[in-house]
Amino acid sequence: MNNLLITGAHVIDPSQSLDGPADILIINGKIEFVGSAEEAKSKAPDNLKEIDAKGLIATPGLIDIHVHFREPGMSEEETVASGSAAAVAGGFTSVACMPNTDPALDSEADMNFITREAKKANLAWVFPVGAITNRREGKELAEMGNMSRGGAVGFSDDGSAVPTAGLLRRAMTYAKMLDKPILEHCEDHTLAGDGAMNEGFVSTILGLPGIPAEAEEVIVARDLALARLTGCRLHLQHLSTIGSVEMVRRAKSEGIAVTAEVCPHHLVLSEEDVRGYDPNYKVNPPLRTASDIEACLQGLKDGTLDVIASDHAPHLDDEKELEFGNAPCGMIGLETTLGVLLTHLVHTGKITLKELIAPMTCNPSDVLRLNRGRLEKGLQGDVTLINPELEWTVDPAKFRSKSRNCPFNGKTLKGRAVATIVGGKVVYRAE
Amino acid sequence: MKWTRKHLIGLEDLSAEEITHILDTAETFREVSTRSIKKVPALQGRTVVNMFFEPSTRTNLSFSVAARRLSADTLAFSKAGTSVSKGETMVDTAKNIEAMGVDIMVLRHTAAGAPRLLAQNVGCSVVNAGDGQHEHPTQALLDLATIRQVRGKIDGLKVGIVGDISHSRVARSNIWGLTKLGAKVMVVGPATMIPPEIERLGVEVCHDMDKATAECDVLNMLRIQFERQSGGNPFPSIREYTRMFGLTQERIDRFKRHDLTVMHPGPVNRGIELAPEVADGPQSVILKQVENGVAIRMAVLYLVAGAAEQSRESS
Repeated sequence: MNNLLITGAHVIDPSQSLDGPADILIINGKIEFVGSAEEAKSKAPDNLKEIDAKGLIATPGLIDIHVHFREPGMSEEETVASGSAAAVAGGFTSVACMPNTDPALDSEADMNFITREAKKANLAWVFPVGAITNRREGKELAEMGNMSRGGAVGFSDDGSAVPTAGLLRRAMTYAKMLDKPILEHCEDHTLAGDGAMNEGFVSTILGLPGIPAEAEEVIVARDLALARLTGCRLHLQHLSTIGSVEMVRRAKSEGIAVTAEVCPHHLVLSEEDVRGYDPNYKVNPPLRTASDIEACLQGLKDGTLDVIASDHAPHLDDEKELEFGNAPCGMIGLETTLGVLLTHLVHTGKITLKELIAPMTCNPSDVLRLNRGRLEKGLQGDVTLINPELEWTVDPAKFRSKSRNCPFNGKTLKGRAVATIVGGKVVYRAE
Repeated sequence: MKWTRKHLIGLEDLSAEEITHILDTAETFREVSTRSIKKVPALQGRTVVNMFFEPSTRTNLSFSVAARRLSADTLAFSKAGTSVSKGETMVDTAKNIEAMGVDIMVLRHTAAGAPRLLAQNVGCSVVNAGDGQHEHPTQALLDLATIRQVRGKIDGLKVGIVGDISHSRVARSNIWGLTKLGAKVMVVGPATMIPPEIERLGVEVCHDMDKATAECDVLNMLRIQFERQSGGNPFPSIREYTRMFGLTQERIDRFKRHDLTVMHPGPVNRGIELAPEVADGPQSVILKQVENGVAIRMAVLYLVAGAAEQSRESS
C-alpha cells in the first residue's frame, strides 16, 4: 500500500541542498530513500509501482499556506473538496486555509470540520488556521487553546488586521504560550479606506480611490514591535511594498521572530495592469509599482521573504463582472502559481529554480511547523513532479476550482506540475 | 477629418485633432438652438437612452434636449445607488434595454470604468456622462467650447481648476482636454483635495488662491461635493475653505483681474466656492457653459452615431 518508486527525476530539495539526479522511494506512504537508482532499487520491495520521471524535476510536495476555501458559508465559490482538487492540480500537496469564512472558523469544532472535509476529499493535506478573535470581529480572543487541540496550525484574522495594539499584544502573548504563530493581514483600514487599487499616478488617472503603501507599512511596523515585545512568532501575510520588505529585513537582523510571505501576483503584476478596469486584477493588498515588485523579488532572493503563497481567493463570475470599484478583491492562484512563477521569474533568469522551490516547500512548512516540505526519510511521501518546459494555456473552463477569477486566463505559460503525489499516492496527473 | 469612434469614454483617449473636431461640429449645432424651430433630422429614427445610475439634473436634461434636437427618440432610465452582487448588475440592465432596440446609451455611473465595461458588453454606442471620479468628457468639452468662444483660443491660456480635484471627474477630463489643446493648467485647492502625483499630468499644483487669481486667464470653480467626502471633511470648516479658496469680487478687484473668465460646472454652492456677485457678474460664463452643453452633446451623439453607421456598413 502506497509504495512508489520515482525514477529518473532531477531532484531539487533546497532543505538538504539536493540538486541532481536521484530516485525517490516511498514505502507505506513515507519517504524511505532518496539517492542513487541502484540503492533505491535494492531497498525496494517486489512488485513496486514505478513512475518514470525522466526529464522531470521532482521536488518535495509544494505547500501553499494562504488559501481561501470558503467553507462554511460560500460553498458556491469553493469548498474544501474543490479547493483540494485545485491544489493538487497546481502541484500543491499541503495548504493552510484561512478562517474568514461565514461564519468564521473560530472554534475547535470548526477546525475539526475542515480536517474532516479534507479527509473526505482525500487529495491534499489541508491545515486550518483559526481566527484570532471571535467571529473575526477584533474584539475579544477566540479559543485559541481549544482550536490548537482541534488542529489549528496558527491564528489569523485574515481579511483584516487585529485592530488595536493592545488586543494584538494579548493574542500574541497567548499564542506564544501555545507555541503557535500569529499570521497578520497588514492593513490599516483607516488609511486604506474604500480604496480599490494602489495609490499613485495610475489611481489618480483612473479616478479610483487609492490604498497607499503606508496602509500596509504602519501595521507591519506595529506588529514587528509587538513581536519584539511578546516574543511570539509573527508571520506577515502577502507583503507588497518596499517599506515592508525593508522593515522585515531589519527586524530579522535584530533577531525578531518574524517570517513573511509574498504572493505570485505581487511578483509579476503591477498597478499598470489595472488600467483596463478588469476586476480580475483587483486584489488586496493591491498590485503595486515596478519598484515594489523589484523590492519583493530582492526580498525573496535574500531570504527576507520566506514564503510564496497564492492567497487563492475564489469569487463568483457574477461578483467579478461588476464595475471595478464594486467588485470584491481577490484572485485564484492554486492552479497557476507554479506556471506563472516559472514563466515570469525562472525562465527570465530573475531567480533560480532552487530559489523558487524553498519558499514553496521547506520554508512554509517551517512557518507553521507542518513537518513537511522535505524529502527526508520518515516524512510524508509528498512529491511534486514538474515539467519546467511544458507550454500550456490557462483555460478557465479547465480549473478544478469552482471559481474562475484569475488574471492569467488565456495566457500561455511555460512549466507546470505534471504529477502530484501525496502520501505515496498519485492524486493528480496532467492529461 | 473623418470621425471613427463609436463610443466616447474619456478625453484621455482622444487626440487634439479629435477634440477640435468635436468643438467645430458643436459650433455648427449651436446655431440650431437659436432657431424658432430647434430641430434637425440628423438622428431621425435613432433611439438614445439615458442610463443614470447616479442622480443628475442638468446633464440628464442636457443630453435629452440634445438628442431631441437631432430628432432622435429618447428614453430615460434612472436608478439611485449602484447594483451590487445581489440583484441585477448594470450589464444585465443594459442588455435588457439594448434588446428593445437602442442606438446610443448615455451612461452616468458612480463607478469609475463603468462606461468601458458597458461598451465591452453591448453592441450600441456608449457615451460617458460621468463615471465615478474618472472622467466627464462632455462637461470638459463644453468647458473647452466656452473658453474658445469667449477667449477666441485655448492654446497658451492659463486655466485654473479650483476645488476638490481628488474627487472630480470634471477636473480629470478638463486636464486631458486643456493640456492636449495647449493650455497651461493649474490645479488649486487644499492639499487634502489634490490627488497624488497629479503633476505628472503636466499640471501645476497651487494652494494659494491669490496666486491663482493673479496668474490665470480662466478659473473653473468646482463644486465642493459634500456627499463625496468619506471619512470626514478634508478641510476644517466651510468658513475656512471659503476664505482660503473661494472666489470673491474682492479677490478679483484686488488683483485687477477684470479680464478673468469665471466658470462653474454647477450646481453652485453660492457663497462657498463662488460668491453670488461673481456667479452672476459680467465675468461669469456659467450660462454659456450650459448653452454649449447642448451643442456639444448634439455633436457627440451625431458623431458616434455616424461612426456606428460606418462600422455597420463596412462589416
